[in-house]
Amino acid sequence: MTTATLAPDRSAARRSARGGRRLNRYSGLGLGVAMLWFSLLVLIPLLAVLVTASEGGWSGFWDAVTNEQTAAAIRLTVGTAFGVTLVNVVMGTLIAWVLVRDRFFGKRLLEVLIDIPFALPTIVAGLVLLSLYGPDSPLGVDIHNTRIAVFLAFLFVTLPFIVRTVQPVLAELDHEVEEAAASLGASRFTTFRRIILPSLTPAIAAGAALSFARGVSEYGSLVLLSGNLPMRTEVTSVRILSSIENDNVDNAAAVAAVLLAISFAVIVILDVIQRRVMRRG
Amino acid sequence: MAEQATRPRPRTARGPGRYVARLIVTAYLFFLVAWPLYLVGQNTFEGGLENLSGILEDPDVVHELRLSLMVAVIAVVINTVFGVGVSLLLVRYEFPGKRLLSALLDVPLSVSPIVVGLSLVLVYGGRNGWFGPALEGAGFQIIFATPGIVMATVFVALPLVIREVVPVLEEVGDEQEQAARSLGANAIQTFWRITLPAIKWGVIYGVVLSLARSLGEFGAVKVVSGNVLGETRTTTLVVEEKYLNFDKGGAYAAAFLLALVAVAAIIVVSVLRPKESR
Repeated sequence: MTTATLAPDRSAARRSARGGRRLNRYSGLGLGVAMLWFSLLVLIPLLAVLVTASEGGWSGFWDAVTNEQTAAAIRLTVGTAFGVTLVNVVMGTLIAWVLVRDRFFGKRLLEVLIDIPFALPTIVAGLVLLSLYGPDSPLGVDIHNTRIAVFLAFLFVTLPFIVRTVQPVLAELDHEVEEAAASLGASRFTTFRRIILPSLTPAIAAGAALSFARGVSEYGSLVLLSGNLPMRTEVTSVRILSSIENDNVDNAAAVAAVLLAISFAVIVILDVIQRRVMRRG
Repeated sequence: MAEQATRPRPRTARGPGRYVARLIVTAYLFFLVAWPLYLVGQNTFEGGLENLSGILEDPDVVHELRLSLMVAVIAVVINTVFGVGVSLLLVRYEFPGKRLLSALLDVPLSVSPIVVGLSLVLVYGGRNGWFGPALEGAGFQIIFATPGIVMATVFVALPLVIREVVPVLEEVGDEQEQAARSLGANAIQTFWRITLPAIKWGVIYGVVLSLARSLGEFGAVKVVSGNVLGETRTTTLVVEEKYLNFDKGGAYAAAFLLALVAVAAIIVVSVLRPKESR
């Protein structure tokens, strides 16, 4: 379902690709109102995070971020998000492949399953995973309060991203090129590596960037699952929250600025990928 | 999915690799999504309907369910109006900074919910926020009150309608709109009679997805709500509180209700979409 929702490269690129009319009085007013609302709701608050983070000067910021417990949380979050993204690159591409190229009974059900992590409230996602991999696990696997729990939670919430960015591209691939390669004696593996993979790379990269950003910013699914043990299973979002709860807003803003920097970097990467793809074709 | 039906039959995978891939994917999704989700349902109905009736008879929980629903509906209305308007501006008009705006509109998708909550507190917090004290002086409390919850919810679900509507708007083009206008229709008539019916499905998907996202927001709401029992607590916060207080039955039941809405939203969208593109 959410092909359009999760494939930012396509919609965002197309959004700015085509021009249109100039603004008239009413559309200009509409744009003004929309910008005012967007600024009050999103831009000014995010700016406030950056301003608050910079108020303590560079040394204040650096101290907040390199505090032992915070640094451990950032390392865990970024490292786990990176590992999960690697798994998603392989599994997401494979899932997209199966959904596009294979036909079997129950495929529609798989389609629904892939989108569930996107719509399921994150706190419920945590509880859902806890019921199979927690203390009462019918499998006898209890990963509750371990780092594996963090990995699993990230894996769950980032599941749709690569699948949904790769799927439409794979569906539109020109089959004739593949057939030509095969008829010229290329093995299936060579065809995949030389013909299919290069055309999928931008989509995989875009999905990977989104999946990484989503993992790094995750909070809700970890609350019940990971135990939030300092130095062990505590992620960055939880660190920020505990700073807020201890009324240490400056510290919270400094760590939040790191997360914001990661989100912005991801958006820039996505934009670059989009432009490349547009230029190519 | 539906696109495949209209196109010439795609090349399908052959050979034993196909079955291996199918098996791996099915097993992966079974262990990661299907089985855990099923267990939540099973845990909810373990003692019959007791867990569900338990939370539905608790006046606090009912109040919280109602608050969640109200907040979600307000957020969806705001985001739909904003989303359709901004999509029209982005697709049909040319203005400086359009590209930047388009990129910034996606920011809420990748910002941590906790950071969303923090950013709102920094600006609208009653004690030392940028605008908070002035607003509070004028009688508007935002943080630790319902307006804050609404703002946090609108923030996190902001791009969803735009992302659904923009591609549809581009696909339908503006020829019909121009025709309507040349025949004497004004802007409002053109919008209601031509544009809106054409983008109807995009708007509906956006609304369904936003509704699911809005009902399920947890982190951002947790920061701005103050979590006051029976006052500013939403259903997702109930799940956490019940679980941490060892009322697992209640937590599963509340989670079950939320999951039901999410799954229903996904099914509605996946059932509707193919029909429309055929």
